[in-house]
Amino acid sequence: MTWTADQPIVSIQDVHKSFGDLEVLKGVSLQVMKGEVICIIGPSGSGKSTLIRCVNGLNDIQSGSITVLGQEVHDPKLDKLELRKKVGMVFQQYNLFPHKTALENVMMAPVLVLKQNKREVEGRARALMAKVRLHGKEGSYPGELSGGQQQRVAIARSLAMNPDVMLFDEVTAALDPETVKEVLVTIRELAEEGMTCILVTHEMGFAREVADHIYFTDRGVIVEHGPPATFFEEASDPRTREFLSQIL
Amino acid sequence: MRRIPGVTVPARGGMAVLKPFDVHRHVPDGYVMTRWLASLPWWSPFLVLSVMAIWPQIPLAQGRYGTGEAFGALWRWMPFLIKSGFLFNVLISVLAMAIGTVAGAMLGLAQISLYRPVRVFAWFFTQLFRNSPWLVLLFIVLLAFPFEVTLFGASVRIPDWVKGVFGLSLPIMANISEVVRGAVLSVPSAQWEAAESLAFTRRQVLWQVILPQCYKRMLPPWMNWYAILAMATPLCSLLGIEELITLSRQAMEAEDNHPELLVPFFGFALLLFFIYCYPIARWTIHLERKFAVKL
Ligand SMILES: Nc1ncnc2c1ncn2[C@@H]1O[C@H](COP(=O)(O)OP(=O)(O)OP(=O)(O)O)[C@@H](O)[C@H]1O
Ligand SMILES: [Mg+2]
Repeated sequence: MTWTADQPIVSIQDVHKSFGDLEVLKGVSLQVMKGEVICIIGPSGSGKSTLIRCVNGLNDIQSGSITVLGQEVHDPKLDKLELRKKVGMVFQQYNLFPHKTALENVMMAPVLVLKQNKREVEGRARALMAKVRLHGKEGSYPGELSGGQQQRVAIARSLAMNPDVMLFDEVTAALDPETVKEVLVTIRELAEEGMTCILVTHEMGFAREVADHIYFTDRGVIVEHGPPATFFEEASDPRTREFLSQIL
Repeated sequence: MRRIPGVTVPARGGMAVLKPFDVHRHVPDGYVMTRWLASLPWWSPFLVLSVMAIWPQIPLAQGRYGTGEAFGALWRWMPFLIKSGFLFNVLISVLAMAIGTVAGAMLGLAQISLYRPVRVFAWFFTQLFRNSPWLVLLFIVLLAFPFEVTLFGASVRIPDWVKGVFGLSLPIMANISEVVRGAVLSVPSAQWEAAESLAFTRRQVLWQVILPQCYKRMLPPWMNWYAILAMATPLCSLLGIEELITLSRQAMEAEDNHPELLVPFFGFALLLFFIYCYPIARWTIHLERKFAVKL
């Protein structure tokens, strides 16, 4: 099956996922079209991280289907490495490689995984560092950078693989309020350039601004979803109302 | 807390509530000997020397062969004991450490293999050699290995000291295997996930991301095992290998086995090991503390 642009780039259908006896996802479905930005919001422990980790195969699922570019992610025959070349992921705790400089962090995957020419990759990596406004920090080690700077290096590191989809798991949750903005600006630019993004976030203002569609999850199900305008004004489910009233 | 005489650590000043129970002070962690050695003051060998100097006078004062003659004998034998004896101990320890490190690194990586049989096999060997008495391992190697091997048609005799090196490298291998496994496990799993999401293969994750972060953590325990190994080399004297202790005994025999010789000669051996291992122990504990704070 070949994927065409009129089909969802990521399609999640009735996904169930348990850790032992604990059922974390109880039949989740959502679709993302190419170039779309979707935000997943919901209370802590509702399964948001678990869901997006299923998209690049970091978690397996018990039933249902997840396709990325028409490929079934949980097909045992699928080459996970091929999938992960197309899906970038940014974590809450940045998870940069502490023994490599910022530039080396960005260059590592294209050189080692995609076997691209080192010179060429370096040029691109420097351009990416400038894009995330870290020009001049190429030689710094992660330990020498602020949280916000590290997170932007992490974004550049994912972008260096030229992914088709980017996953962001609460990437600003560990940051100081002042540095949150610099990371959000970077993500917004990406969204405007047409990158397909799946974001888990607690930043409601940001979600409202950049998202094409918002999903609200609670206890393993999607309670409600819609475009930001209608979602924030007209959310009807009491659980959503309660969550929004606490956050806004 | 009920005080058990001689067992419980005496209560210290200050409020107990503010001092949480520090597990590391109470549970042996493999650094016991090194920590003890490093905690000795630098002048402790002089204390040993002064004991050496007065010891024989008390019980053996009536003999004609006195402390002066004993130290004179030691002085004459000293260059020989250092050059042919102690340096040989150092050579044995360096070779055993090199072999043990290479073999231990491989065994440690096998312990985290994806293939269960490999993992189980490596775990078994690690536990077996880690928990066997070193002397038993030495004797097994000495007796089980052939006297000579045939290389390119010519038979070569394997000297006992080579077997001693192999015998000592076995427990080192097993302990280094645990050091490697422990260091790999100590890297947060988030590093694995970050590398995996960038489509690294398992081999790339391990060699490019995880292991480079391990080398620093492995240095203190590695040095710790070297200090322990260096101090264990006199075990070889029980196999008749001509290292420091064996040569000291031979030298004393040559000096007619006067009992007054015992303390100066073995005290001298103790001194040599102290001078060699003490800086290593100090440095190990220093690095261990430094890295523990930073990591
Ligand atoms: N590896 C795991 N093993 C067992 N349980 C897990 C594991 N990962 C997550 N869980 C459990 O699954 C549930 C959902 O976790 P998840 O991290 O997906 O929540 P979340 O919505 O991302 O929450 P938060 O907003 O706090 O990040 C939680 O109850 C959590 O304890
Ligand atoms: Mg989460």
